[in-house]
Amino acid sequence: MDPLRIISMLVVAAGAFFLLVGSVGIIRLPDFYARTHATSKSDTLGLMLVLAGLAIYEGFDLNSVKLLLVLVFVVLTNPVGAHALARAALKFGLRPTFAGEPRDAGAAELVDAAAANQEEEGS
Amino acid sequence: MGREFVYLAVILTIIIIIPFYRVVKGPTLFDRLLGVGAIGTKTLVLICLVGFVYGRIDMFIDITLAYAVLNFIGNIAIAKYFIHPRADSKGSP
Repeated sequence: MDPLRIISMLVVAAGAFFLLVGSVGIIRLPDFYARTHATSKSDTLGLMLVLAGLAIYEGFDLNSVKLLLVLVFVVLTNPVGAHALARAALKFGLRPTFAGEPRDAGAAELVDAAAANQEEEGS
Repeated sequence: MGREFVYLAVILTIIIIIPFYRVVKGPTLFDRLLGVGAIGTKTLVLICLVGFVYGRIDMFIDITLAYAVLNFIGNIAIAKYFIHPRADSKGSP
């Protein structure tokens, strides 16, 4: 078997592992601001590794250059998108959850406040 | 030839299903948007792998580039849109 192909498959498998880490982080982390880390760091690294492995597999031609172009674009924009979402949440009034509090304490406060507001409007 | 890419695409599909839990369950709007963004990023990789499975990467890589741009623009636009609480029902997530 071609050694270059084995290397590229190993890199792609490592990237799939980091994408799995990002997915599990979105489920298991305790707070919105913590979950932002999972999507901005683990997902970006996984996507970098998968696309780099595919570019190695493809060899040096126009397609691999385009793959690297996609890689650079996503590496620049994915953390920016997550940061913009976190900034919007902070300006919206979502409070970060501190150590010792239950999961999603800030979000629970926001949901309770909204429910109380709706009851006030209804009565 | 492209056998291993089929396996990788199946594994990646399972990985993509996981954040749907956060999209459905997420306590606030922002959790749901984060889940949608994560699904979009992983779908990008899936489109690339499907291109390798079919042996038509020259066509699918352009789709991937357009998908990346649309994902980013959508994320930024929604983040800008929800930056202020609504005036009528204050603080509704």
